[in-house]
Amino acid sequence: MNAAALFGSLKGEADSESTLLPDPRMGSPMPWVIAIVIALTVIAAASGLALRNAAARADADLVGGVTVQIVSAAPADRNHQADAALAVLEHAPGVIDARHVAQSELDALLEPWLGTRPGDTIDGLPIPALIDLRLDGPATPARVSALRARIAAVAPAARVDAQSGWLTPVFRAIGTLQWLAGGLIALLAMATIAAVVLSARNALVTHRQTIEIVHMLGGTDPQIARVFQRTAAMDAAIGGSLGLCTGAIAIIILGRQFSALGSGMVAGAALGLTDWLMIVSIPLAGVALAVLTARLTVLSALRRML
Amino acid sequence: MSEPDAEIVQFDNVGLRYGTEKEVLTDISFTLYPGRFYFLTGASGAGKTSLLKLLYLAQRPSRGLIRMFGTDAITLSRERLPGFRRRLGVVFQDFRLVQHLSAFDNVALPLRVAGVSEREILKPVTEMLDWVGLADRSHARPPTLSGGEQQRVAIARAVIARPDMLVADEPTGNVDPDMAMKLLQLFESLNRLGTTVVVATHDVHLIRKVPESLIMRLDKGRLSDPTGALRYPPRRTTPSFDDPPLGFVLR
Repeated sequence: MNAAALFGSLKGEADSESTLLPDPRMGSPMPWVIAIVIALTVIAAASGLALRNAAARADADLVGGVTVQIVSAAPADRNHQADAALAVLEHAPGVIDARHVAQSELDALLEPWLGTRPGDTIDGLPIPALIDLRLDGPATPARVSALRARIAAVAPAARVDAQSGWLTPVFRAIGTLQWLAGGLIALLAMATIAAVVLSARNALVTHRQTIEIVHMLGGTDPQIARVFQRTAAMDAAIGGSLGLCTGAIAIIILGRQFSALGSGMVAGAALGLTDWLMIVSIPLAGVALAVLTARLTVLSALRRML
Repeated sequence: MSEPDAEIVQFDNVGLRYGTEKEVLTDISFTLYPGRFYFLTGASGAGKTSLLKLLYLAQRPSRGLIRMFGTDAITLSRERLPGFRRRLGVVFQDFRLVQHLSAFDNVALPLRVAGVSEREILKPVTEMLDWVGLADRSHARPPTLSGGEQQRVAIARAVIARPDMLVADEPTGNVDPDMAMKLLQLFESLNRLGTTVVVATHDVHLIRKVPESLIMRLDKGRLSDPTGALRYPPRRTTPSFDDPPLGFVLR
């Protein structure tokens, strides 16, 4: 008994099918193409998840927030109306917290825009007095209107706005970016499908004669398709692993740079364990997609052969 | 005269044309019975290979009816086709060996297709290669084999699964007379074990070596029946103990 034959006998029945055809390698670029696609998918998915987290965090912070501005040029009148409004709002139904924002906080908020330096004074500027309200539920337009009506008599210069309303354009932009990320992922999935279809067709042409022989010997379409599926799975697994590593490195670097900004909204965009599990599952989805595509492509082509 | 056995193949008014060309086979009608040895003769271009393609289900006819193993072969579903093909052994004129596989793997291919385990494949394939004189070439790939060696591998592959019907297209065209006789002996032994053998050849000497054979002759796509083979199948013969190593094979 020769060594190869002995080895062959020990490989077992599972390996029988793999020797029906010579290795139908779908082309050496395949793992690289899949690696690029998976890396881009990982980055797009991570971006989408980060944006979702940021939006969710901001929404949670602002959902019950209401800001009351007392817009009056006269400081005395402004403070008087603010105190009166605060007294009413503290006892308004649904209000769980009401606070007059201190002047020092306002100065700190304005400093980046006005360039205040030590010794400068902005007391002369007609800055509105602010009351920060926290409601026991979402600040719906109806509740905001009710609050506005309640303080209209004591603070005619008051403007009442839901805090979430100020960020509506931001939320809309985030939503658009999330759709964009989803669209990119869909496009990349289609690119994967196209790459696998092209490679499978190319491999079918290359091995057409062998496939015909296997058919003539009684080989079934699923038997032949499984050989191509295995190759597609291997290519996708190798490419997927490379792509995941590349994408993960990019995410980590980007994450560190964004977290260095120190912005509250950006901090809320951090990826959690569930997010990372979803990202890690992307190469697995890529393998499944490649295998399914290879199977359908090969079976479809084989049906055209007798 | 005894009643003929149930037919293994029945052609009824079969015609074949490629594309819009004129028919290469016209009004072909015949019946093949189990355990008989048939020669298909005819000049080059007479349509032998085309008829064999219909026999081994590589081609569908343009018209007519074909029944194989009691089933309409023309309307056979794609799912059932592999099962029928596994009952056939085919020696192609151009061998059609898988170039990337060794002689061993080429011969083992029908068994692997049938799902036989590697453990069960080793012995029969090794013995079959030994019998066709290629034991020391089992690892050689087809491009490194001579024409005769490739033909022997092709024949070993065709008979390894002990088919119900063996179809061979010029199977001794590339081997020396001694090997041709040996291969013919293999076919006869297989035939004695019950396999129907159909050999396409224009080698008259080969035909004379099998006196009980039945001859079908193709002439410009039409079939003649010089020995009455298609109407009066002779009696079945029994296997001898000098048979080549076919006892181990499947079925």
